[in-house]
Amino acid sequence: MSILVGKETRLIVQGITGSAGSFHAKQMIEYGTQVVGGVTPGRGGEMFEGKAPVFDTVAKAVRETGANATVIFVPPPGAADSILEAFDAGIELVVCITEGIPVADMLRVRRVLDGLKGQRLIGPNCPGIITPGACKIGIMPGHIHKVGRIGVVSKSGTLTYEAVGQLSAIGVGQSTCIGIGGDPVAGMDFIDVLQLFENDPDTDGIILIGEIGGSAEVKAAEYIKKYVKKPVAGFIAGTTAPPGKRMGHAGAIISGGKGTAAEKIAALEEAGVRVAPTPSDMAATLMSMLR
Amino acid sequence: MKIHEYQAKQLFAKYGVSVPKGYPAYTIEEAVAGAEKLMAETGSEIVVVKAQIHAGGRGKGGGVKVCKGMAEVRAKAEQILGMQLVTHQTGPEGQLVRRLYIEAGSAIERELYLSAVVDRESRRIAFMASTEGGMDIEKVAEETPEKIIRLQVDPAIGLAAYQAREFAYALNIQQHGKGAVAQFLKLMASLYEFFVKEDCSLCEINPLVVTKSGEIIALDGKVDFDDNAEFRHPEWAQLRDTAEEDAIELEAKAIGLNYVSLDGNVGCLVNGAGLAMATMDIIKHFGGEKGVAPANFLDVGGGANQKQVTEAFKIILKSSKVKAIFVNIFGGIMKCDVIANGVVAAARELGLTVPLVVRLEGTNVDLGRKILGESGLAITPATTMADGAQKIVAAVVGN
Repeated sequence: MSILVGKETRLIVQGITGSAGSFHAKQMIEYGTQVVGGVTPGRGGEMFEGKAPVFDTVAKAVRETGANATVIFVPPPGAADSILEAFDAGIELVVCITEGIPVADMLRVRRVLDGLKGQRLIGPNCPGIITPGACKIGIMPGHIHKVGRIGVVSKSGTLTYEAVGQLSAIGVGQSTCIGIGGDPVAGMDFIDVLQLFENDPDTDGIILIGEIGGSAEVKAAEYIKKYVKKPVAGFIAGTTAPPGKRMGHAGAIISGGKGTAAEKIAALEEAGVRVAPTPSDMAATLMSMLR
Repeated sequence: MKIHEYQAKQLFAKYGVSVPKGYPAYTIEEAVAGAEKLMAETGSEIVVVKAQIHAGGRGKGGGVKVCKGMAEVRAKAEQILGMQLVTHQTGPEGQLVRRLYIEAGSAIERELYLSAVVDRESRRIAFMASTEGGMDIEKVAEETPEKIIRLQVDPAIGLAAYQAREFAYALNIQQHGKGAVAQFLKLMASLYEFFVKEDCSLCEINPLVVTKSGEIIALDGKVDFDDNAEFRHPEWAQLRDTAEEDAIELEAKAIGLNYVSLDGNVGCLVNGAGLAMATMDIIKHFGGEKGVAPANFLDVGGGANQKQVTEAFKIILKSSKVKAIFVNIFGGIMKCDVIANGVVAAARELGLTVPLVVRLEGTNVDLGRKILGESGLAITPATTMADGAQKIVAAVVGN
């Protein structure tokens, strides 16, 4: 019925007593996510909103709650350490929302992640992951989603909402939506998510949203060409972005003439992906392939 | 964040990377004094006067001059300081030279290229080197890729001695004597330490030279820091040269907005980096052939308040090129009614005269649209991004 997260997911929130962490923990609980606990060093023993126990360490939280997923709202100086702590506690799915983690810290995190089996990282600098009607992990507005059979994967938060809004507006629901974030060094990439969607019996089609910078979209296109049978519609943001200027995300920059939108769109189209002519047509483009 | 060559070299020296002696100068008098000091220290009349701007290609643009004797130093300093230096990286308007670096001349035996960068493909710090020093490395990569060698550093191990050795022999450093290889290995180790400890995203030495006396020194230094690491580098505040940065972009950053100046005529106010880029794209899509294009990238972020929205409008309107403003918000955490109130307040406070098209979607959208509708202001509402883009194009063309 979905990938990675569902009704059975048991979530803890790292940084649950901070302003962003507490706000979104409440929102996630309201949506129906099983928030089984939280972590803030020094605040162990407290109860969050009378619903979730707070622990000093992730290891203890996992031992006591049986959590299998975590979402991180810890500010940049401690965020990479929080990811490592979650890995070490054996949590299967680590979602890091934090924006602004130094790339040197992420190089080390990535080095550790590459040696792990069966553990995954989404983000950082991302909206998170949601299986509509079952489990929301992150900061996306839950109410725009609808239960259904389309998978969405994106580097951009609000552009994901845009795609979801377009789908829901025409009555088409989503199986799972994942924001992988726009940082140069991060966890799951397009290919990791495409593979899961392709193998998910309850996903019928995929919307992939990329942006300028790096080569993840070109690699995704190569993967789609070889392995993805399901229809994929795409959009690449930044056709008009000038080279050398960083467009918000740390990774969204055209450098040395590489990573342009035109190059990515061409690769995707070559792989059979239908690329939406404007960001307003993402849902319509996918639907034109499903009919 | 970029720093000047002389600042990069001061940091290099701290980490044990050899550099020529030199003194920065803000005035002609300081330049002359610096040159006198250098001549006394080195016993040589050869001094290089170098423009300090953040863009590359300074030599070709006439911003670097080798001088012999004090008279020439003064003449060249007068020529370069205050000039509008045009390079392939500055754009046609060029960049005003406000600082000089007065450096001892070097007797060059051989020019090499060496750089380190955060490589997102391998998710490692990668080093690149080439025997083609002093050239435009992108051109070398394109025309003779076999002349560029690469290595990636495992962050858990650090730069291994054998990796540096592979570089040394590939660059034929041994031809300069046994001491040269040892020198090069130390330089590589120092550079890696510098890169990691100072949170660089790029460090380029072009050229790295071997002098006639067999010394290996960095003749140039281009360093970019990772902006995300600013919190652990309070000393960066001293290194930052705001005169080299876009004034409006700096002002936006100070109030928590992400802004980039562009050349078009439609001001954009959007939440989220991806949506902001997509908004630029859709304006160009519908308006490109009619001369309508985005004037800026502006991401107000996920938690903007009314005050930030007002400030965002002020920043957009600083550009005289702006003929209309397109607000495109997909409210998630940010509620549409908050944005609507911000837009109305800003329009009133600033006495907005350019057409304003507002597209709201997401959380509390009905309330937001109601606030705009009842404001009595000439705001054109839009339902979708395409609808908004077409309306903004019509507004500009109609004017």
